[in-house]
Amino acid sequence: MTTPLLEIENLHTFFHTDVGVARAVDGVSFAVGVGETVGVVGESGCGKSVTALSVLRLVRPPGRIEAGSVMRFEGRDLMSLDEREMQHVRGNRIAMVFQEPMTALNPVFTVGDQIGEVARIHAAMSRRESHAKAIEMLKLVGIPAPEQRVDEYPHQLSGGMRQRVVIAMALVMNPALVIADEPTTALDVTIQAQILELLDDLTRRLGTSVLLITHDLGVVAENCARVIVMYAGEVVEEAATTELFARAHHPYTEGLLGAMPRVGGERERLATIPGTVPPPTAWPVGCRFHDRCPYAWERCVAEHPPLYQIGANHVSRCHLADEPERRAHPHPPLAAQRGASAA
Amino acid sequence: MATVAREPPAADRRSPLARLVRDSRTRIALAVLLGVAAAAVFAPLLAPYDPAAQLDIVRLASQPPSAAHPFGTDPFSRDVLSRLLYGSRISLAVGLGAVALAISFGIAVGAVAGFVGGALDAVLMRLVDAALAIPRLLVVILVASLWGTLGLVPLTLLMAGTGWFGVSRLVRAETVALRDREFIVAARALGIPPARLLVRHVLPNVVAPALVAATLGVANVILLEAGLSYLGIGVRPPTASWGAIIQDGASRVADLWWLTLFPGLAILVTVFACNALGDALRDAFDPRQLPRDLVDATFAPEA
Amino acid sequence: MTAPAGTRASAASLLSVRDLTKHFPIRRGVFGHVSGQVRAVDGVSFDVAAGETLALVGESGCGKSTTGRAILRLIEPTSGTVRFDGQDVLALGAGELRRLRRRMQIVFQDPFSSLNPRMSIGAIVREGLTIHRIAEGSAADARVRQLLEEVGLRPEYASRYPHEFSGGQRQRVGIARALSVEPRFIVCDEPVSALDVSVQAQVVNLLQDLQRDRGLAYLFIAHDLSVVEHIADRVAVMYLGHVVELAPVARLYGEPIMPYTQALLSAVPAPVPGVERERILLTGDVPSPANPPSGCVFHPRCQHPARDAACARIVPPLEEKAAGHWAACIKQPPTTVSWEQQQAAGGTNPPEFFLPRAALHRGT
Repeated sequence: MTTPLLEIENLHTFFHTDVGVARAVDGVSFAVGVGETVGVVGESGCGKSVTALSVLRLVRPPGRIEAGSVMRFEGRDLMSLDEREMQHVRGNRIAMVFQEPMTALNPVFTVGDQIGEVARIHAAMSRRESHAKAIEMLKLVGIPAPEQRVDEYPHQLSGGMRQRVVIAMALVMNPALVIADEPTTALDVTIQAQILELLDDLTRRLGTSVLLITHDLGVVAENCARVIVMYAGEVVEEAATTELFARAHHPYTEGLLGAMPRVGGERERLATIPGTVPPPTAWPVGCRFHDRCPYAWERCVAEHPPLYQIGANHVSRCHLADEPERRAHPHPPLAAQRGASAA
Repeated sequence: MATVAREPPAADRRSPLARLVRDSRTRIALAVLLGVAAAAVFAPLLAPYDPAAQLDIVRLASQPPSAAHPFGTDPFSRDVLSRLLYGSRISLAVGLGAVALAISFGIAVGAVAGFVGGALDAVLMRLVDAALAIPRLLVVILVASLWGTLGLVPLTLLMAGTGWFGVSRLVRAETVALRDREFIVAARALGIPPARLLVRHVLPNVVAPALVAATLGVANVILLEAGLSYLGIGVRPPTASWGAIIQDGASRVADLWWLTLFPGLAILVTVFACNALGDALRDAFDPRQLPRDLVDATFAPEA
Repeated sequence: MTAPAGTRASAASLLSVRDLTKHFPIRRGVFGHVSGQVRAVDGVSFDVAAGETLALVGESGCGKSTTGRAILRLIEPTSGTVRFDGQDVLALGAGELRRLRRRMQIVFQDPFSSLNPRMSIGAIVREGLTIHRIAEGSAADARVRQLLEEVGLRPEYASRYPHEFSGGQRQRVGIARALSVEPRFIVCDEPVSALDVSVQAQVVNLLQDLQRDRGLAYLFIAHDLSVVEHIADRVAVMYLGHVVELAPVARLYGEPIMPYTQALLSAVPAPVPGVERERILLTGDVPSPANPPSGCVFHPRCQHPARDAACARIVPPLEEKAAGHWAACIKQPPTTVSWEQQQAAGGTNPPEFFLPRAALHRGT
């Protein structure tokens, strides 16, 4: 069993605000193998973006990665590194691609300058060398006429091209891991297709691992080998992609799959998940999904479920794993009974 | 951590003002300002002597602080403490009065200019720009010295008249930004007439930065008034104003140190409190630093 | 050009749009000299019947939002006609326009900026009632409570402010506001794009229920093709200010004719893992609407095998390729642009029907 490239164990990231402590990431563990593309799926408030920021230790006060969190990367615990060593990791061994290309790029520097800066910092290249490297990277990400584009400013490029530049910046130092936080959400669907194709092609060629964070199950289906589903700061299900779509176990995953309209699918009423995500300052006792779950029973209110092993490489945080017969008795979830919102 | 009752935690309902009051910085600033206001209102009760009374020109002139006169006396044998207390009336009256007028006028001009746009906006803003190019201090000194000594009302009007330009520019910028916000378009889509749109929808949303400017404006006016009085072109003697007290001791600052120190401290503390309040207000109206989805999840009661 | 009305729309059209155009001048220099035009909407025509949902889809910059707002005269169109219930909308004076606003409403995309942060949601929903004198005092209060319940919010929330609600709830408030004046037609401008998937589903279901209960017609503007398939009766696809395809929903998704629509459909990620779907990948980016390509605006990125020089010269008319199914492409037969005409314009490839498998989602 080869050592995973990245191993997150028991990650807790809390925000200490004056309305209370928001436990944004509350005990998350997972691993990413070499050359693997892993998807992290969840909706607003589930903690997936904060998880991404935590890996690179980019969380700022009042947020803090709590003691006891272990993040092993290439054999070293990232929590044990000092700031200088961490800077050596960022952009170099682990790179990040953000959602909004316009805000990820500095508007007063040329794209060549920004790509080149990464090379100058981490590989000590001279200006001329880094300029040439920038052109090479622009070519790699498929930007036409790179020799001209390299001296242009971000506002002169379209959204799709800017995202390509951001990807170029991420890949300059040939990092072992790229964390992509909703890299295509802000883009049009045809451009999204281009960007995902590019990312897939390049990472396959370079052997880069990708942690792809998204709310779009369709993106996950087409690009990821494994999927992690997050809810309320925890991992609630993890499986190989085909397994997850074919045999989703956790009721939240089922709900997400049902709520998603799909092209070519049946034209009927969309299944909804009544209620909303609870606030991170007050996670419910017991299963955090129980008040929105169609199968919940007394045990779910009282007892917080651990991650049960469902199959080889398939885990689910749901008591149904222990009492599968309960699945035969669905009922309107508590949230719907309270008349919280029309289903 | 009840899971059944879905009432939002009490903290959810806090508006920016509520958050503001909990900040300790703000509380101190407010306490100071309330103290000054109390001094102004209750001056007749608190002051041991009449501020204009020359008690004993022979024996009590220019006396350092003592039991009978905690802040000393000035060259005209008037009690400094009493003058200080009454002086707070001048500072607050002119400060608040001038700013209230300036802000009202500035908001009106700025909002109309920003909302109507076009030629009106261009003309008004160019006038404002031209006015802003002239240093306020110079104008104030010029007018005050030409006028002779000013009564309170003319002084207040002078301060207001020279102080509204910045606010109008600020409010105009906010209004322009607001014009394209979707809730304004939504209001238009409902058929709401422009006048109501301006008053009910635009104004409440542009008032916030104007309030911040207002608190800082009060500090400025207090300093200006003190300066004018110090120069001798401010309030008419024997009216007690903090600047006038300093003026009385100006020829012998080192000897008659109490005539500079106490009013100086009063000005310092008041201005400082105004600035602190303004800063706190500005911070209170800023969005919080949590990541967006965390903000949603933290503050949303239910779907 | 004959009107591309839906099959049943022509006689009973609630809304009729013809050749709607909106150009934004580009001003340069100190004196604002006009150096060009952004052709945001460039001759758009369609009909919407009472009680039906017409979806307007396209990517950013195609002009769909501008179209929606121009129909309501929130943006003044440059030219064209808009007829609502027989009335010429563009010719109305201020008072008549205000009365018309009762019948045509809009719901916005961004739940965070579409509500006045300084007004309680009760006041927001009530304002329409006050302006149009529909109800006053306690009758108005009752109506507000009713509307809030209708959109799935607890009436007690009326005194709360927008920042206390989630995105999905705010969107419901926006819908309640639109409903308060009892419209017959609502422009839904990307109403669910800013919401999470599970919340989207709730709001889409709500819109469908309201349509059924109140007989509303919708112009549903969106870029998400999967949501559109669920809610629309007919779909119009826009690109660079033009409607390039218009068809009943089943036909559009089952047999897309326009090459742009085909590419759009193939780009939608399908939540079915493990299937190697071919993708039509469009090259390059969308051209600027200030400088659209000549002839067919899509031709530089088109993947149709018969694409040739004629496509750059001839502006394709929006024509009926099959019953109720309109598309603007001279290379997809049948077409009124004859082969001779195409050859005269430099055409080298005769029209030939092309439908790549990558554009189809059914059966995957």
